[in-house]
Amino acid sequence: MTDPETGVQDAGFDDWLDATEEGDAYYLECANGHGSLPPRRVCPDCGSTDLEEVPLPETGVIETFTVTHVPTPAFEDDAPYATAVADFGPVALTGQVVGIDLDAIETGLEVALEITVSETTGKRVIGFSPV
Amino acid sequence: MSNVRVAGVGLTPFGSTPERTGRDLFAEASIKAFEDSGVPRDDVDALLYGNFMGELSEHQGHQGPLMAEAAGIQAPATRYESACASSGAAVRDAVMRVRNGEDDVVLVGGAERMTNLGTAGATESLAIAADDLWEVRAGTTFPGAYALMAQAYFDEFGGEHEDLAHIAVKNHENALTNDKAQYQRAIEVADVLEAPQVSSPLGLYDACPISDGAAAVVLTSEEYADEHDLEAPVAITGTGQGGDRMALHDREHLARSPAAREAGAEAYADAGVDATDVDLAEVHDCFTIAEVLALEALDLEPIGEGITAARDGRTTADGETPINLSGGLKAKGHPVGATGASQIAEVAKLLAGTHPNSSAVEEATTGVAHNAGGTVASATVHVLEVVE
Repeated sequence: MTDPETGVQDAGFDDWLDATEEGDAYYLECANGHGSLPPRRVCPDCGSTDLEEVPLPETGVIETFTVTHVPTPAFEDDAPYATAVADFGPVALTGQVVGIDLDAIETGLEVALEITVSETTGKRVIGFSPV
Repeated sequence: MSNVRVAGVGLTPFGSTPERTGRDLFAEASIKAFEDSGVPRDDVDALLYGNFMGELSEHQGHQGPLMAEAAGIQAPATRYESACASSGAAVRDAVMRVRNGEDDVVLVGGAERMTNLGTAGATESLAIAADDLWEVRAGTTFPGAYALMAQAYFDEFGGEHEDLAHIAVKNHENALTNDKAQYQRAIEVADVLEAPQVSSPLGLYDACPISDGAAAVVLTSEEYADEHDLEAPVAITGTGQGGDRMALHDREHLARSPAAREAGAEAYADAGVDATDVDLAEVHDCFTIAEVLALEALDLEPIGEGITAARDGRTTADGETPINLSGGLKAKGHPVGATGASQIAEVAKLLAGTHPNSSAVEEATTGVAHNAGGTVASATVHVLEVVE
């Protein structure tokens, strides 16, 4: 999706958001089995340039989280909101935790990817929803 | 190999001066550094200058030559950008240039103008030290990223917000005598615990302020210092730098700082010292949890135990290893591009006996400065020792 304000499309990242919205989330795996997120041409672990798209596991586990009350301007109307790091096995992701009371979020919570939007800007945001 | 002497240091007051330009701030710091050193401007071989958000706060790139002009020197000048470790990285390169004989005299420092952006603008500008695609667009702020590390630390090693509050209280206490500090006022543990939340578990008093300020340091070779009879009793004897993956979620540990560990080990080995030799340190406490992670990465505290260091008095001014006697970023302030060089200035003064808090460390011979960029994807560590 091209950003309406800047006219910029981020190859790899926007493609990943598109695929994830269609239920086809993926990560990149190198010849040595290291996982990473697009866009990449080189495995950051071993330097392999042989990367292929592999389906992302359907669920992940929250490793740590925070509730942000002082946001950047791009999330002004969203605050307070929860951000978490979730481990999906071969890769981990940072996203906003949605569909749950902020007080109920805890480390170890099992989540699935759900692309959501910023209330402030309407732009797409990586989200995690409890399963 | 020549020891690299700290010939003079200069700091502006750190604080809120939104009307002052970066060039004005750096000019003031450099004037003080030249006065302190007694080194003539004509002898400067290079300026290495740290700055992070100049394009956003002042619409100004290419700041190296601009700052050479501001400092009144005719020498090649380069800007270093490594987020909040910008001038730490500049110091490291300055040390290496003097050591290898390339330069005899280097002016190194940094400046940052931040308060003119306002809180929201500064928050947005600081956030770009994180991965824009995979962290910032998910709503990660800088306090938010450190909050993720704080929560991970609590989950892995235990500890609570009250432990962190003691770090803030300690650093405010240390800043009371520092006339360059942004906050020269004491706070209580209750103030920290009752402050508005920024990003749980961190509140307003767990965070360093948004600051304007500049720092400048004149470094010389040992030969130059001897030839010119400089009063420069402190040398930078060790330098190290470490790196890590940009995004927090791509790291092996969410509650440790391997980049700082790598930088510290390299700097200790370079100086021929170890953590037991360290008498004092200035560490990068942009948030209270950051001081904990720094102490553990530098082996000044065992992994998982740094959380109680301030509370139990091990790092207070009267403790065994005083940490952030300047007030740290937390109370002294954090004009990001100036911070690394300002830490070198504070450690040098503490060791030379010219700092208001030197009386807390009268016998000290070895100090450490730890400067971190982003969520510690970059880190530099320097060892300073009394050599005369």
